[in-house]
Amino acid sequence: MYDTGKVLIGILIFILVFTSPMLINLSGGKASVKANPVLPKSGKCIESKEYMKGYHMEMLDTWRNLVVRQDVRFLKKADGTFFMLNGVKAEMSLTKTCMSCHDNKAKFCDECHNYLEVKPYCWDCHIDPAIAKKGVKK
Amino acid sequence: MSLKMKPEELAQTIDYKPPKKHWLDVKPDYKKGTYNYAGNPESIKYVHQPNPRKWQPYEEDWKLPENWKEIILEGFRERLDKFRSLKLFMDICVRCGACADKCHFFIGSGDPKNMPVLRAELLRAVYRKEFTLAGKLMARMAGATELTFDVLKEWFYYFYQCTQCRRCSVFCPYGIDTAEITILARELMNLIGVNIDWVMTPVANCHRTGNHLGIQPHGFKDSIEFAADDLLDLTGIKVDTPINKKGAEILFVIPSADYFGEPHYFTLLGYMALFHEIGLDFTFSSYASEGGNFGSFVSHELMKALNGKIYAEAKRLGVKWIIGGECGHMWRVLHQYMDTLNGPADFLEVPKSPITGTVFENARSTRMVHITEFTSDLIKNNKIKLDKSRNDHWHSTFHDSCNPARAMGLLEEPRYILRNVMNKFTDMPENTIREQTFCCGSGAGLGTEENFEMRMRGGFPRANAVKYVAEKNGVNLLTCICAIDKATLPPLLQYWIPGVEVAGIHELVGNALVMKGEKERTTDLRNNPLPGKEVL
Amino acid sequence: MGIWFSLVAVAALTLLGLIGANVSGLNYVFAVVIPYIAIVMFIVGIIVRIVRWASSPVPFRIPTTGGQQKSLPFIKQNRLDNPSSYLGVLGRMALEVLFFRSLFRNTKAELKEGPMLTYGANKWLWLFSLAFHWSFLIIFLRHFRFLTNPMPFFVPLLQDIDGFFQIWVPLVYITNIALVIALAYLFFRRVFDSKVRYISLPSDYFPLLLISGIAITGILMRYFFKTDLVAVKELMLGILSFSPSAPSEALSTWFYIHLLFVCSLLIYFPMSKLVHMSGVFMSPTRNLANTNRMVRHVNPWIDDLKMKTHTYEEYEDEFRKVMKGAGMPLDKEESHVS
Repeated sequence: MYDTGKVLIGILIFILVFTSPMLINLSGGKASVKANPVLPKSGKCIESKEYMKGYHMEMLDTWRNLVVRQDVRFLKKADGTFFMLNGVKAEMSLTKTCMSCHDNKAKFCDECHNYLEVKPYCWDCHIDPAIAKKGVKK
Repeated sequence: MSLKMKPEELAQTIDYKPPKKHWLDVKPDYKKGTYNYAGNPESIKYVHQPNPRKWQPYEEDWKLPENWKEIILEGFRERLDKFRSLKLFMDICVRCGACADKCHFFIGSGDPKNMPVLRAELLRAVYRKEFTLAGKLMARMAGATELTFDVLKEWFYYFYQCTQCRRCSVFCPYGIDTAEITILARELMNLIGVNIDWVMTPVANCHRTGNHLGIQPHGFKDSIEFAADDLLDLTGIKVDTPINKKGAEILFVIPSADYFGEPHYFTLLGYMALFHEIGLDFTFSSYASEGGNFGSFVSHELMKALNGKIYAEAKRLGVKWIIGGECGHMWRVLHQYMDTLNGPADFLEVPKSPITGTVFENARSTRMVHITEFTSDLIKNNKIKLDKSRNDHWHSTFHDSCNPARAMGLLEEPRYILRNVMNKFTDMPENTIREQTFCCGSGAGLGTEENFEMRMRGGFPRANAVKYVAEKNGVNLLTCICAIDKATLPPLLQYWIPGVEVAGIHELVGNALVMKGEKERTTDLRNNPLPGKEVL
Repeated sequence: MGIWFSLVAVAALTLLGLIGANVSGLNYVFAVVIPYIAIVMFIVGIIVRIVRWASSPVPFRIPTTGGQQKSLPFIKQNRLDNPSSYLGVLGRMALEVLFFRSLFRNTKAELKEGPMLTYGANKWLWLFSLAFHWSFLIIFLRHFRFLTNPMPFFVPLLQDIDGFFQIWVPLVYITNIALVIALAYLFFRRVFDSKVRYISLPSDYFPLLLISGIAITGILMRYFFKTDLVAVKELMLGILSFSPSAPSEALSTWFYIHLLFVCSLLIYFPMSKLVHMSGVFMSPTRNLANTNRMVRHVNPWIDDLKMKTHTYEEYEDEFRKVMKGAGMPLDKEESHVS
C-alpha cells in the first residue's frame, strides 16, 4: 500500500502553500508596482530622510505624549531652539506641522503604508487636513 | 524465581540522572539477571534460520559470520525499502524527550538507553552513518556511528529490553513506534543468528507441534480432557471436548499456556464451561493449538509462517469463523497482521453469534472475534445466568494488556464482563490503564528466569499501580487477558506486593456462570471455597 | 559539546551575513542568489524527502490505538483516538497536527519514598511547543506583507488579531513574544533537563539557535535598528516574481543577517529532523484507521516472506501414530511418505 494519491495531494498542497507568494505575485500582476511617495518640492524637514523613513512613527508617538500628557506643545531642535515654520513656532502636530509640507495624505502617507499593509491609528482621531478643508467649504 | 535484592533496595538503585559520559561512549554491561540466553542451535536449525551455533551473549566471541556487518547493512537497506514506518521513524524524531519516562524499563532501571528515544537512536546512529550524507560527513557531530561489535552488543541488550508494548508511541507527537523499531532491529540481528532461546525454541516447537510448549496432539487432547474432568468435579457437568472436529461452526484458538499453566488453566475451565452452557458448536485444534506467536518477536517471516496455521486449519475443518482466547501479542498479530499475512479469509463467513444473532461487523474481513467481544455480547443479550456473589471473595482490578489496549483498543469489553460477573471491581489510577497501561515487563519473549531482575524492574510501574489499589481499596486480584501476563504477573506481584493473585476474565465468568443442571458449587474454579461455603 | 558546535555555526552564519552586507560586490549574491538557491533547495528537498518515504510501502496497518475500538453497538467507540473511518482519521490527524494531541497526554513520572511511582500531568512541553509552532506559522503568514502584492486577505486580519493589545510603537505582536519565550523554554529545557541534554545532538540545538537568530534579528529590526522596508519589499517582490532587481543600498546589515538566517533554515530544513513537518502526516501509527479486522490491508511484498507454514499434512504424517492411539480424527489413515 503506497497511498500514492494521498501523497501526491500532500505534495501538491505543500507546493501551493510554499510557492503561494510567487503565485500571488505572478497572477496579481502588481508585483512591479512600487511605493512612490510624492515629496514636497521645497522646504527642509526636521530630520534626515533616512531617519524619518525608519522612525517617524516613534517621533509622532513621542510628540503625542509630550503634548497630551505633559502639555509641551512646541517643537525644539537639537540645539534647544524652537523649530520655526512660516515664521511661527512649529507645534508638535502631525496635521499642523508635518502636513503643512506633506499635504497630500494619499500620495505621501498612504503610499508606503498601503504598500506595506501598515494601518497607523493616527486617523482614528485626526482627519486629513485636505478633507477637513473641503468639509468646511461645504 | 529469586532476586536477592529486596524491593526497597532495588528501588534505591534507580537513578534517573544520566551518566556524564556521552551515550555513544557508554558500553553495555551484561549484568547477570538483565539479559536473555542465546537461541538454541537445534531450534534455529529446525526453522531454517541463519547461523545456528552454540554461543552466549556474555561471551567475547559471538561466532558471527565473517561478513556480519554487510549482512546487517544489506538487511537494513532492504527493510528501509519495505517499511515506510522504518524510514520515517529514522528521519523525523526531534528528540523532544516526551517518551523518556513513559517506558517501564526506564522507570524501573534508570538506564538512559531504555528511554525509547535512545533505544531508537541506537539504530538511528547506524542509519545516519550508512544512509545519510550528514552522517557520512560529520560522523559523531551528526550523531552517527559505525556499526561495530560493541554497537551490536548494545542492540542485542536493549532491543531485548523492549517488550514492544507501544506505550511510548501513544505519547510521541509523531507516533514513532518503538515496537516497530524493535521488531525490525530484532529481525536484523536474526539475520546473523543473534536471537534468544526463549523466543526461538517456542518458535521451533510451535512450527512442529502447533504450540510453543511442544505439546504433541495426544498431550493436547489429554490436557483438554483433563480440564473437562476437573469441570465435572467442580460443577457436576460433563462438558464436550471437541478437537479437530470437521464441520464445527467455530474454531477456537487459545494460547497454549491456557492448557498448561496456572492461573491460565482456570481461564480454560471458564471458556469450556461457558461454551457448554450456551451450546456452542466449536472445536479446538491440536494443529493450531497456539494463538500466541513468538515468531512476531523475531521476524515478520516467522510470524507469518506460524500464523498461517490458523486460517489453514479453519479451512481444513470447514468452520464458519474463529474465536480467539485471552492473549495479548496473539491479538496484536490477529488484529493487525493476520489478514495481511495470510488472508483473505474468503472461505470463512462474517462472524455471527449463533446464540444472539449479533453480527460482528468489526471482524467482517478477518473473521476472527475476541472472546471478550463474544462474551460481552452474550451478557448484553441476557443469554447467560450469572451469580456475581460467587466472586465475592475477590476484589479485582484490570490490567489492560499492552497489545489489546494499544493495537486494538479493546478496553471496555473486558471491563463490561467484569462488572457483570463480580461485585467488587476497581480500576487502577488513570495514567496506568487503558491506552496508558503499563506492561508486565516480561512481554515480547523476555519472561525468562535469567532475565529476572530486569523483569522486576520493568514490571515495577505495573506492580506499583496494583499496590495503590490494593492498599487503598483492598484489591486482591489482578485480572488480565494475556497469557504472558498470567505467567509473569504472579512472580512480579509476589516480589512487589505479595498477596495479590492473578486471573483471567473467563475464570471469573466460569465462577459466576450458573449452569443448567449443575450441582451446588462449593468452590470456585481454583478449588477455593466459595464465600459462605468455607468448611470450618 | 552540541551546544557549542551549534553556537559556533550560528556565529559563523552571522559573520557571513556581515560580509554579505558590507562587501558591495557580494550584495547581489546574498540578497538574490542565495535566496533563490534556498527556495529551490527547500521545495525540492522536501519533495524528495516525501517521495523517498512514499517509495516504501506501508506493509501493515499498525495504528496505535489511543481509545476504545469500534466493536459492539453498546460499547462507545472513541472515534478520534481510535478512528475507524476516514473522517475519524482526519479528525485524529487534525488534533495531532493542529493541537499536538499526543504531546498533550504528557506526564512526568516520579519515584518517591515507599517506593512509590507517581505520574503527574506535565503540559509545559505541550504548551511551549504549541506556542512555538503557532507563533512561527502566524509570523510566517504575517510576512506575506513583505512578499506579495496584492496583499492576501489574511495579512490585515492576522495583524489586527496579533496586535490586539495595541501597545508600543510599532505595535507589539503577541506571537513575537510567544515565539521568543517558547524558544527560550525549548532551548533551556535541552540545556538544563539532564535527560533531554543526554539525548540531544548538535542538530537539536542548531535549529533552535538558528530560529532564535531569525526571531532576534527580526525584532531588532522592527524596534531598534530600522531598515528600509520599502526597499525590502521591492527586493522580495522582485525575487518572488522572477524579476529580481539589484538590491538597494538602503538594505541594512541586520536585514542581510536576517535573510541569511532564513535562507540557512530553508536549506537546512529538508536534510534535518525539521522534516517532521511533512513526516507527521505520513506516520502510520496515526494516519491509518483501526479497521484492521474490517478491511484487508494489502502488502505488496508479502510473498517475499518465503518460509512456508508447516502444513497439517506434514503434522499428521509426523504424529499419525500418536493421534491414532489417542483416537483423534485423521485425514489419512497412512502416511503418503513412506
